[in-house]
Amino acid sequence: MITQTHYLVLSTVLFFIGVVGVMTRRNIIIILLSIELMLNAVNINLIAFSYHLKSEIGQVFALFVICVAAAEAAVGLGIILAFYRNKETVNIDEMNLMRW
Amino acid sequence: MAYLWLIPILPGIGAAVNGLVGIRFFSKRTSGLIACGAMALALVLAVAAFWQLLGLDPEAREYTSTIATWIPAMPLQGVHGVTALEIPWKLRLDPLSAMMILVVTGIGFLIHVYSIGYMHGETRGAYARYFSYLNLFCFFMLTLVLGANFLVLFVGWEGVGLCSYLLIGYWYKKKSASDAGKKAFIVNRIGDWGFLLGVFLVFFTFGTFDFREVANQAGAMPVETARFGVLSLITLLLFIGACGKSAQIPLYVWLPDAMEGPTPVSALIHAATMVTAGVYMVGRNAVLFGHAPMSMEVVALVGVLTALMAATIGLVQTDIKRVLAYSTVSQLGYMFLAMGVGAYAAGAFHLMTHAFFKALLFLCSGAVIHAMAGEQNMLHMGGLRKYLPITYATMLVGTLAIAGIPPLAGFFSKDEILFRTFMSSKVIWALAALTALMTAFYMFRLMSLTFFGGYRGPAWGAAGHAQGGTAGAGGAHGAPGHGHGAWHGPHEAPRSMTVPLIVLAVGSVVAGFAGVPAVLGGGNAIETFLEPSFVAHAVPAGGQASRLPAAAEAPPGAAAAAVSAPDALPALAEGPHEAAAHMSAAGEIGLMALSVLLGAFGILVAYRFYVQRPQIAERLAARWKTPHRVLTNKYYVDELYGATVVRGTMASAAGLWAFDRRVVDGAVNGSGWFTILSSWVSHLIDKYLVDGLVNLVGSIFHEASFVFRRLQTGLIQNYALLMLVGVFAFVSVYLLFR
Repeated sequence: MITQTHYLVLSTVLFFIGVVGVMTRRNIIIILLSIELMLNAVNINLIAFSYHLKSEIGQVFALFVICVAAAEAAVGLGIILAFYRNKETVNIDEMNLMRW
Repeated sequence: MAYLWLIPILPGIGAAVNGLVGIRFFSKRTSGLIACGAMALALVLAVAAFWQLLGLDPEAREYTSTIATWIPAMPLQGVHGVTALEIPWKLRLDPLSAMMILVVTGIGFLIHVYSIGYMHGETRGAYARYFSYLNLFCFFMLTLVLGANFLVLFVGWEGVGLCSYLLIGYWYKKKSASDAGKKAFIVNRIGDWGFLLGVFLVFFTFGTFDFREVANQAGAMPVETARFGVLSLITLLLFIGACGKSAQIPLYVWLPDAMEGPTPVSALIHAATMVTAGVYMVGRNAVLFGHAPMSMEVVALVGVLTALMAATIGLVQTDIKRVLAYSTVSQLGYMFLAMGVGAYAAGAFHLMTHAFFKALLFLCSGAVIHAMAGEQNMLHMGGLRKYLPITYATMLVGTLAIAGIPPLAGFFSKDEILFRTFMSSKVIWALAALTALMTAFYMFRLMSLTFFGGYRGPAWGAAGHAQGGTAGAGGAHGAPGHGHGAWHGPHEAPRSMTVPLIVLAVGSVVAGFAGVPAVLGGGNAIETFLEPSFVAHAVPAGGQASRLPAAAEAPPGAAAAAVSAPDALPALAEGPHEAAAHMSAAGEIGLMALSVLLGAFGILVAYRFYVQRPQIAERLAARWKTPHRVLTNKYYVDELYGATVVRGTMASAAGLWAFDRRVVDGAVNGSGWFTILSSWVSHLIDKYLVDGLVNLVGSIFHEASFVFRRLQTGLIQNYALLMLVGVFAFVSVYLLFR
């Protein structure tokens, strides 16, 4: 049977896949995807606890997260587009304007 | 006498009007009239006052009038404790001052009249200025002789000094004239220093400035025969002042230079009146001097030495006015000699007769200079007798008077002095007699060089000569030192000048008869008249105590001694009659004859040397080259003073200047430097320490930033990694150490 623990492990694995993706990849779009992955891992976590605790608040939070994720994707893609127009690349290492 | 105060005020008003308004607005005629009118009115009042004084009882001939309060009463420390110092503007008419105001107003008036003619070449403003000064001088001189206390006298004393300065430097554009004015003023200042100290000491000793009270108190004091006491000190200090004003050794050097002024000024100020102020002052304090025999000896000695020295210089001078100037110094020496041997009345008498004949001689020399268009060197004159008959005649009278030929004025007064000197000291008498001989000699040398012999002056146009001679041509000439029109040769002066000459000549003849000695059948009227001015009055002890708070605190013996004052008078101050009694009438006549013979001998020698055989004088000068040179250079006294006093003053001034520059300025500059230095140090501290600290803080952060900015890689994944590490770290810490 699928227990609370399975959900949490799945969520953790997904989250760390997202973290590693953010850390290691150079393509901004991939990083953005990885961030979505982490958000969804959080969603799974929230839903799992909602189910476990018999509370609807977790589901509401998940809905909020989905919302924010959509907005974030829109803004992120906008930034990427603007960046791409300037630099003709989506390599994250080129985004160093705020360096010392 | 009730109008006594008007006598000095009238010339003062004249001076104010001419000086304040006249210089701008008055014509020459108006300013001359105002000045002469003021003097004429003063003369009338003076004669009236004198007449009233004569009408009084001889003992009561003293009239005092207080015009105003000068310094209201205030307490002041004296030798007898605290005294009330109160100084009124107080005038006193007594025989001595009555004689003096007659001399000042009388001769002053004549000289004012003379000046109208003499100064007519001046411009309008300068003319009014001249008369303003001259009137001012008379104002101060009358204040001087009428003042009843030392301070009023001092006002006049300084005032005449000022006018003397102004008038010597009247032609102030001439360097020598302004220098001479300064010299007169500065030399007088030395005398005034002594005079003022004397006055202070008088107040400190007697607690009053009033002459009469001082004389009365001094009369009560013992005569200082044995020791040098306070009276000796007072009289010596006063005598220093008299030396300055009356041109005695060592302060006589200013008088010959004062001849740079216009000749009437020389006649009025530097012969007749101002220079006799010192003699007057000594006579005024006769009681003080009488109680200080040592000072009297100094006075007599200085007098006779001055007389002799000035006479020897006068022997060889060639400037007509300088001869007269040295003659004045010499005659003033005579007056001091008279004062010094206690013959106060004789001295005052000589003062009066000298005023007449010396004013006359100066005015005559002025007429000669006027005639010669400013020439003063006698070597360029000669033979002027036929061009200037009136001047010649009057000057001859004056010369005979000064030479002591009877019955002219100088004979009586000078003979009285010689006689009294003979009674006192034979040596001094011999010197005085020698001086009399030289006086006769140099005066006739002057006459001979000027009026006798051939004409040696510059030639003049023959055309002008025809009408040059009388008053009509006078208009073309100015006073010396100024531009002239065509000179028409020597000519007689205008009438405004000759009339005073004649009047003064008459005065020189008759003035002596006021003092015909008893031995010649006269009553010696003037000495009897003047005597009350020279003695202490015995005042009742009660009266004195009420007038003088100081006297009440004085030793009880003083009041008693005041009553017996006449007995305590020294032999020197005795009346002339007692002194004369010591010698036979024959001896007195013999002395007179001797002095007349000396005078006549001097005249004859001069006539022989300078008229008959002019080469004798030259031969003598060549033979006695060194003495002649010394005399011509006035004993090098001016050079000596220049080398010592003037150079010394200059050197000390230079020293003080150097001190000022080095030390005082050095201190100021040093403090400036110190400020600069300390500010520089402070600047360094500010720059390196304070700013350094501030910069250090800045640079610490600056340097540290190199380490820490390496964190700012700009790589998002680095940041994310760091965040991750941080989260792990925190969570680990949380989990481990919970």
